[in-house]
Amino acid sequence: MDKNISFTLKVWRQNGPKDKGHFDTFQMKDIPGDTSFLEMLDILNEQLIEEGKEPIVFDHDCREGICGMCSLYINGHPHGPATGATTCQIYMRRFKDGDVITVEPWRSAGFPVIRDLMVDRTAYDKIMQAGGFISVRTGAPQDANAILIPKPIADEAMDAASCIGCGACVAACKNGSAMLFVSAKVSQLNLLPQGKPEALRRAKAMISKMDELGFGNCTNTRACEAECPKCVSISNIARLNRDFIKAKLKD
Amino acid sequence: MTKIIDSKIPEGPIAEKWTNYKAHQKLVNPANKRRLDIIVVGTGLAGASAAASLGEMGFRVFNFCIQDSPRRAHSIAAQGGINAAKNYQNDGDSVYRLFYDTVKGGDYRAREANVYRLAEVSNNIIDQCVAQGVPFAREYGGLLANRSFGGAQVSRTFYAKGQTGQQLLLGAYSALSRQVGAGTVKLYTRYEMQDIVIVDGRARGIIAKNLVTGKLERFAAHAVVIATGGYGNAYFLSTNAMACNCTAAMSCYRKGAWFANPAYVQIHPTCIPVHGDKQSKLTLMSESLRNDGRIWVPKKLEDAKALQEGKIKGSDIPEEDRDYYLERRYPAFGNLVPRDVASRAAKERCDKGFGVNNTGLAVFLDFSESIERLGLDVVRQRYGNLFDMYEEITDVNPGELAKEINGVKYYNPMMIYPAIHYTMGGIWVDYELQTSIKGLFAIGECNFSDHGANRLGASALMQGLADGYFVLPYTIQNYLADQITVPRFSTDLPEFAEAEKAVQDKIDHLMNIKGKKSVDSIHKELGRVMWEYVGMGRTEEGLKTGLTRLKEIRKEFETELFIPGSKEGMNVELDKAIRLNDFITMGELIAYDALNRNESCGGHFREEYQTEEGEAKRDDENYFYVACWEYQGGDDKAPVLYKEPLVYEAIKVQTRNYKS
Repeated sequence: MDKNISFTLKVWRQNGPKDKGHFDTFQMKDIPGDTSFLEMLDILNEQLIEEGKEPIVFDHDCREGICGMCSLYINGHPHGPATGATTCQIYMRRFKDGDVITVEPWRSAGFPVIRDLMVDRTAYDKIMQAGGFISVRTGAPQDANAILIPKPIADEAMDAASCIGCGACVAACKNGSAMLFVSAKVSQLNLLPQGKPEALRRAKAMISKMDELGFGNCTNTRACEAECPKCVSISNIARLNRDFIKAKLKD
Repeated sequence: MTKIIDSKIPEGPIAEKWTNYKAHQKLVNPANKRRLDIIVVGTGLAGASAAASLGEMGFRVFNFCIQDSPRRAHSIAAQGGINAAKNYQNDGDSVYRLFYDTVKGGDYRAREANVYRLAEVSNNIIDQCVAQGVPFAREYGGLLANRSFGGAQVSRTFYAKGQTGQQLLLGAYSALSRQVGAGTVKLYTRYEMQDIVIVDGRARGIIAKNLVTGKLERFAAHAVVIATGGYGNAYFLSTNAMACNCTAAMSCYRKGAWFANPAYVQIHPTCIPVHGDKQSKLTLMSESLRNDGRIWVPKKLEDAKALQEGKIKGSDIPEEDRDYYLERRYPAFGNLVPRDVASRAAKERCDKGFGVNNTGLAVFLDFSESIERLGLDVVRQRYGNLFDMYEEITDVNPGELAKEINGVKYYNPMMIYPAIHYTMGGIWVDYELQTSIKGLFAIGECNFSDHGANRLGASALMQGLADGYFVLPYTIQNYLADQITVPRFSTDLPEFAEAEKAVQDKIDHLMNIKGKKSVDSIHKELGRVMWEYVGMGRTEEGLKTGLTRLKEIRKEFETELFIPGSKEGMNVELDKAIRLNDFITMGELIAYDALNRNESCGGHFREEYQTEEGEAKRDDENYFYVACWEYQGGDDKAPVLYKEPLVYEAIKVQTRNYKS
């Protein structure tokens, strides 16, 4: 059985995009180790409501690490201390009695704060709308097995496609670059034969949109790869850059 | 009560109905499509695929979701796969067999014609998704790979690691993004539908709450499509995402849309057991694990007792003392029986005292045999992400060698228990997926039509995409063809003002209760009552008690609720309170339906109606119908039942048998 722990929680509070924001400090007592990080915040919120106060606002939904809704910058790391896991998959047994745990929102020019720990990530949708698709009509395409795709290629595309669009890569990056996100989608589609015809156009369009929305450039610090909850590799960025340069040379 | 229910099933033999329908339905020409507006609420598999397809066809589409992005919809969490009758494995599959398995899996309570159409378009879905770049698993030769799933004797499930739902949703999201970029679909994120607006008996718009500003906004269209998922969160603890709710569906129900078969709730057999009262949700372990995992409890009660007291571990119990109860009871399907059968069998063992964790409410799922047969690498390749997920949550690694007894190696088993997962019931729709309100359509989990009393694994993704890509974009035109002369609506109409005011009044009322209890605390209480009295094993007496308890909870909600903050701006607690209000109504509806249905079938098990062997006992003579419930103008009034008789032409109705 897991032990209960007590710790200090410092949480970022911000009333709206224009508010300056501040930290609130809470003493958390006897939290069971098998409580998830978000359930711990639920417990705190229940306490706040009981005291007639407004609960802390944070994004969350599936709570099984796949929807990409939860965010949280915990002790200086997007999605906290674990590798290959989202905030909702962090359990309190990872922390020790007496710890000080600091919780902040994603901080990036591309993701303005909406309230407390909730940020606006619609920029990702806009990048997707610029080219994150294969132009195929709904209807009756050819039989699925008419396109043979070697297993290693399919597997590589799948690894790139496992990105959950949470924004941790941007939050981790000192430049606030969205290159890992963009490169994951571009790689998935450009690796596959179905995506080849639009490959160069896609790379160029998505990068242009990313630049336009105020995300920074990649300087190969690899922080994004280290913090990605789905372990998406930066080799995708190299592939994106190749396609981008090819597209530029063609212009 | 008599009411003629027209399900609009086309004429002709079952295999020709859909073809006939498409050949004779009315269409809308391209110039007129541009003049017609469609609201699609929801961006899961059904909503996103419908919005994308309708936009591409030329309609003007408004698409709403409650999350920050369409990609968050809970379809994303489906792990295992999607069924299709491709017969790529040459194991005897066909459209008919997928149709038959689905009807049988649904315990002969689905509408035959709809299911046949579903099986028919299943192959198009795979073609469509591959063309979109969905990276399905492949064999070394480059062909698509398949695996088997519960309730089938063929391998027809396509998958993308343990993330099939994610990949399919991202495919639909890509298609949707393309249309948003092209300007045919306008996206509204962090908006929640609060009510449907009816003008002259037709659905003509919605009232939605902007969840960031807190303001109510009006939207008008020629038709409204609801794709807002199921109502599993009425049970508080479920495998649904936290924000999944039935508010959109309940608002349609309150405005006169019938709600069909609410009692058919699916309890998934392989979830991580409940661990404490602070738990916020239950985590599903994919059913695909049952391909290689074996489910067991101890044969001896003393072993079970020692496990419950924490004195021994599962790996301490040798092979001969293990009861692989599914393999014992159902030799032909073994661990791959349908979900309802597997869930009830687990409950039966635990009720008899054979549960294996400290609460006595868990069974083992064991990979020792498959790890020995295939090697850990192969097993991890198939289920590695699920093993890791299990370890993160429980601190136990299922791939770890725990003990060797007499040369037999025993690995740590997983512990699993059934949990609320999916709702087969939903808004009643006809063959065209139109509800009993003209111009209002319901697709995906939100409607009732295809799964009968129990859904087979890997069929939810199939239905969501079938409805959104291949069915609704056709059938909605049959309705819209009559609407081409109807000009765009103004949201200044009195019907919109009235609907908005009603929502505003409800919000004011909730804010002004000013009691002492939080939304979650009342929701948890609701969940406990639902699970206890309206859960896996139901009785007449229990359901009556449940209904009384639900009325008490309604009263508690009305007098004790406390919402901090104000109605201006973002207020997460207020949004949750609005949803809880609807979950309580939903809970009562489930109980009414369960009480009415004096038989056991699929996910609905009434303990009074079972065979000597403990199997579900249907009553085809009296309950061979779809139960359609109509709202009577107040949440405190009992709903009225109408019956849509089921007519089976292609399949002989018989007792489900997974034994031989």
